[in-house]
Amino acid sequence: MALSEQKRMLLQGNEALARGLVENGCVVAASYPGTPASEILSAIQKWQAAEKVPMHVEWAVNEKVALEIAYTASQTGLRAMTAMKQVGLNVASDPLMSAAYLGVVGGFVVVSADDPGPHSSQTEQDSRLMAMLAKIPVLDPASPAHARELAAVAFELSEAFRVPVMLRPTTRVCHACQDLELKPVQDLARVADFQKDPARWTATPKFRYQLHLQLNQKLADIAAYPPTAPICHNPHVTSRKAVVASGPVASYVKETLDDLGLWDSLSFYQVVQPYPLHTEFSAQVLEKHDEILVLEETTGVIEMQFRERNKVRGKLSGAVPEAGELLPETVERIVAGFAGVPASPVPQVAQQGGRRPTLCPGCPHRASFYAIKKAAPKGIYPSDIGCYTLGVNLGAVDTFICMGAAVSQAAGFYHSYRIGNQYPDIVATIGDSTFFHAGIPPLIDALAQGARFVLVILDNTTTAMTGNQPTPAQGTPSGQPVEIEQIVKGCGVRFCKTGDPLDLPGFTALVKEAVAFSHSEGVAVLIAKSPCLVDRSQPRKKRPQPVVAEKCTGCQVCTKRFECPALVFDESTGKVAVDSMICSGCGVCLDVCPVGAIVSREEG
Amino acid sequence: MKQQLVLSGLGGQGILFVTRLLAETAIAKGYPVLTSETHGMAQRGGVVISHLKVGDFASPLVRPGQADALLSLKGETLPLHLHFLKDGGFFSTNAKSVPAVAEGINGVLVDADSLALQLKDPQAVNLIVLGRTVAQPGKLFCTAEDIEDALRERMKGKEAALARALAAFRAGLEA
Repeated sequence: MALSEQKRMLLQGNEALARGLVENGCVVAASYPGTPASEILSAIQKWQAAEKVPMHVEWAVNEKVALEIAYTASQTGLRAMTAMKQVGLNVASDPLMSAAYLGVVGGFVVVSADDPGPHSSQTEQDSRLMAMLAKIPVLDPASPAHARELAAVAFELSEAFRVPVMLRPTTRVCHACQDLELKPVQDLARVADFQKDPARWTATPKFRYQLHLQLNQKLADIAAYPPTAPICHNPHVTSRKAVVASGPVASYVKETLDDLGLWDSLSFYQVVQPYPLHTEFSAQVLEKHDEILVLEETTGVIEMQFRERNKVRGKLSGAVPEAGELLPETVERIVAGFAGVPASPVPQVAQQGGRRPTLCPGCPHRASFYAIKKAAPKGIYPSDIGCYTLGVNLGAVDTFICMGAAVSQAAGFYHSYRIGNQYPDIVATIGDSTFFHAGIPPLIDALAQGARFVLVILDNTTTAMTGNQPTPAQGTPSGQPVEIEQIVKGCGVRFCKTGDPLDLPGFTALVKEAVAFSHSEGVAVLIAKSPCLVDRSQPRKKRPQPVVAEKCTGCQVCTKRFECPALVFDESTGKVAVDSMICSGCGVCLDVCPVGAIVSREEG
Repeated sequence: MKQQLVLSGLGGQGILFVTRLLAETAIAKGYPVLTSETHGMAQRGGVVISHLKVGDFASPLVRPGQADALLSLKGETLPLHLHFLKDGGFFSTNAKSVPAVAEGINGVLVDADSLALQLKDPQAVNLIVLGRTVAQPGKLFCTAEDIEDALRERMKGKEAALARALAAFRAGLEA
């Protein structure tokens, strides 16, 4: 039975979007993982395998590389996609801007997933602003089903105007699930056929000016493209007030209008293509209505395209918050206020409490951080983007900016202090996937500029935080594994040692050695190698859970400074106990306890 | 049929699994579903929440004061999310005693941690709480049999895992 003959399936938004791309002839896909976009490429791999479609699908080393590979496929006439999160699009922005000018041959879809909230991101930036900057159209799906539908529209739009198209789902689309029926996968039977055209593909600045004029014309035409026109959901209504919404916010508006009994009294438009906003639509809405409320996430992209400002309510007018997720309860309050009807009472929300995110029990990063704090207690600790950012709980992360910045920041700290003849211990941490992504160029720079610091590469041989996507260290069936140690040595680092952080005394000694080398010689690199506990594909040693002996003094070093969630302080006994529900048996706490009260089960 | 559920607990407790299991149960019964999941950094041991809407809805999020039921896989997360319940809503939680804020609200308790340890399956807390919830007649859109069917469908070919899952679910059902 073909997959498409199956009954309705529960699909995550990312799986639905991936399905839409594969159904519509996408044959090259490249991505770098980042929440909430991470499952898009794995879903493409899944659909490819299930439908046996000849494709190239890759986890690229970073977003810029991913975009360049997919865009090149489009230059050969194939349909291609690249997927990333909003922060990843910053990394890929360089080729994106150029791709907009040069245009496409085969349909090219850039998926940039936004994270209003933000739930798992450094920023709440709105990728639609990046689409405006690049001057490419962007589509705003409202649900998993809509994301699948817009994948098809995006390819058609891209080929109709020869322009890259951005598809911008948000967390509430990516990580929503919905029941959907699969459609058959189309075989477009295209083969790569690159037409050399130096005037276009290698256009010099003078030609780029011409291309810019052409791009502006394309945008004007796209603002009249019927398949992406806004939808009026209740055309029978003739009201002086209208609500305009896009993305998942449109689905909140729909439910709110139903619940407040406003469906027949307030005009409701859903914008599918926030940029460029359809010219005729904005003219008609401004003509038909006196007051227009615009609800969108995160920036007022639609709002700013309505030229008659005095009729428009939104973020710029102060009617809608300019930061944070527009939750359905917020939408309800704003819509009720706009319509002049009472909103439902807001229930009392509990005082914030509960547990903050923390490294998993038994996570090797916790041991690495503990060793670093022990070996260089007064150090400066730049870090980076990944699970290990949670090392901030242990006091072992002082800064993080963006992918790869741990290494440049370590160098920046060194140069800044050196000017005043000060030489603090500097110990930077970076994950293995992040090192491959953006850690290598700053390492080269640090060596060339004579910076001195310790770089600890936390190597769990996976991209843990986003769901254990592979890194270049694994290689692929047709490729070869790329070893971190060889890169480090190849750059010219003279101190490069590998250790297991779960051997706490041994690893602490290594960090001390590296710190000493960094002061006398230059950059020292330590590779802290131990598998991720969440990654079931890697073997791990089964070790017995420890027990806490009677001599525990209740000093709480293990719960507070080592911060293992599997160790719990019992107020009633004044001692620590092991939570056997979650303890992984890593055994590092045996070395952490200052009085030797935590022992292995055999000894206990 | 229209029902809105909120599930909460700590990262790593299998909230996603239970949410999807219920969603698949709903699909098998012919109902449309929408869910919203938590991923990324929040999943690392912190408090996580997922929403499930069965029936004709447009958005995946449950508004505060609208949930028909709240399933809490760790007693300490119950007070954090009680405000999602509507008047007359129902909760079930993994706890030995009801926290003060939940007094007067219709709900049930189960000491799922202890039951899971008895089953030698610490991962089973989620299914134990689910079993305890569905044991209350009329609180969920489905019956225990519907959920067991969905479990069998989901774990086809994984007999050992299915047996463990059914044991946990039934332990909650009979608790």
